[in-house]
Amino acid sequence: MVITTHDEKIRTARFKVDDRPHIVVDGEKCRSCAVQSCVTVCPANLFVPLDDGSVLFNYEQCFECGACYFVCAEEGAIHWTYPRGGYGVTFRES
Amino acid sequence: MSANANGRSERFDVIIVGAGPAGSAAALLCARAGLKVLLIERGEYPGAKNVSGAVFYGSAIVDALIPNWWEQAPVERHVCRRDLVLMSPTTAVSLDFRSAAPGYVAPPYNAFTILRPKFDRWFAAQAEAAGAFLLTSTVVDDLLWEGSRVVGVKVRRDEGEVRGDVVIACDGVNSWLARKAGLQRELETHELALGVKEVIGLDEAVIRQRFHLNGEEGMALEYLGAVTEEVHGGAFLYTNKTSLSLGVIAQLSSLVEHKKRPYDLLETFKAHPAVAPLVRGGTLREYSAHLIPEAGWKMIPDLYTDGMMVAGDAAGFCLSTGIYIEGINYAMQSGLAAAEVAIDACRRRDFSRSVLRLYLDALRRRNVLTDFQAYRHAPSFVNGERLQNLYPELAALASEALFRVDGNRKQKLLPLYWRSLRKVGGKPSHVLRDLYQVTRAYLW
Repeated sequence: MVITTHDEKIRTARFKVDDRPHIVVDGEKCRSCAVQSCVTVCPANLFVPLDDGSVLFNYEQCFECGACYFVCAEEGAIHWTYPRGGYGVTFRES
Repeated sequence: MSANANGRSERFDVIIVGAGPAGSAAALLCARAGLKVLLIERGEYPGAKNVSGAVFYGSAIVDALIPNWWEQAPVERHVCRRDLVLMSPTTAVSLDFRSAAPGYVAPPYNAFTILRPKFDRWFAAQAEAAGAFLLTSTVVDDLLWEGSRVVGVKVRRDEGEVRGDVVIACDGVNSWLARKAGLQRELETHELALGVKEVIGLDEAVIRQRFHLNGEEGMALEYLGAVTEEVHGGAFLYTNKTSLSLGVIAQLSSLVEHKKRPYDLLETFKAHPAVAPLVRGGTLREYSAHLIPEAGWKMIPDLYTDGMMVAGDAAGFCLSTGIYIEGINYAMQSGLAAAEVAIDACRRRDFSRSVLRLYLDALRRRNVLTDFQAYRHAPSFVNGERLQNLYPELAALASEALFRVDGNRKQKLLPLYWRSLRKVGGKPSHVLRDLYQVTRAYLW
């Protein structure tokens, strides 16, 4: 069996991190969101629910898949764009 | 290699957004027709942002453009074995196909396993060699309009406006351009699947031995059932030269409903008793994720407007029927169809929708719209509750009973399947209804 931890998975991808985030999450709006589906679906596990009910997001290891954008039930809580050209994830094998 | 297009002053006949299989196919054909083509890619190189399984079923399409293309392209293995596997947590029942018929073990090949960052880079280079300008590391944020007509794109650079007579949007499943043009609505989560994937390095000799392959032969396995637990979806495992590509594809709405993490399902899949021995001893090379447009006919947008067409995943051209899981070939066909119409429009100097509507005819001629229409009932059937969970469980349970010899009286098949159906909670009336669904979705 080949078990890989989440950290091992993420370490295999190459990221060129822009200094400006391409996805911005309005944590205030997340407070009133009962489902917080972004936390569930993000394949890079970048959404962290906080004790105060809001959600913390780290854009640096994003695969740019768009899953969070499509599941976001709170209108406008996720402002989603692609990273600047040449930045973000670069796949080599997939 | 890449031309440095000065966004302000230069004007193009055709601007293609996205250097995936749709965009590069369109660029190749347009450039060969002598048009001035700009192919824009947001990744560092074509394929840098792209993920597929991947089995590529478009060999004949590329062969018509570049004869014997596989002799120069970065392909992994030609597929001569295919398995469809139904899973319960303990058991796998599979339909195993292997062929030495023409196309499966000798050229011209039917299908290849590929790695997208390598393949897409090669394919875009063919468009460049034909004369297209490739501009990498460049994001297109919006369209340029003159009245109700698209006349170019806005790239995220200073004064980054590029004008062109036709824009072909090949910007992928999450197509901002199709939405900004008002051609595509916001997609719903049941229409999208999230694929998470690992490429696992494995010795070449081990791959041959483990999957019973000679030389460059390859195998594609696709799984349905408990492998995604109660989440609607499936899994795949493909052999590359010195690695395996494997992953789980899960309907986005279903992940949300069952609160399942995609990477956890991937681990469940790898740990299944039928899968674990296949990946044993391998080492992780790359993890990746991507969305897949899965709803077929029902999610195809308006495909053109004045000055613009939509192709590839941006147009939802991914055929997901359980039997067929194909996207790259339809992306290419749609890119070529759009290119044919763009070439025609440039000859006529008419880029209005009255000319671009010919794109629909071209898509039918290239069997894109025809296939999606023919299989329009299949995606919802494949993602139905019973096909996802009940029937794989039934196949597993009935097979376990069938092959178990314990000295008791042997049951004949009908009572055996009847009891198995009852055990998994199925009803005969459901089976009849599903037979009708199968008929409607697949038979004619």
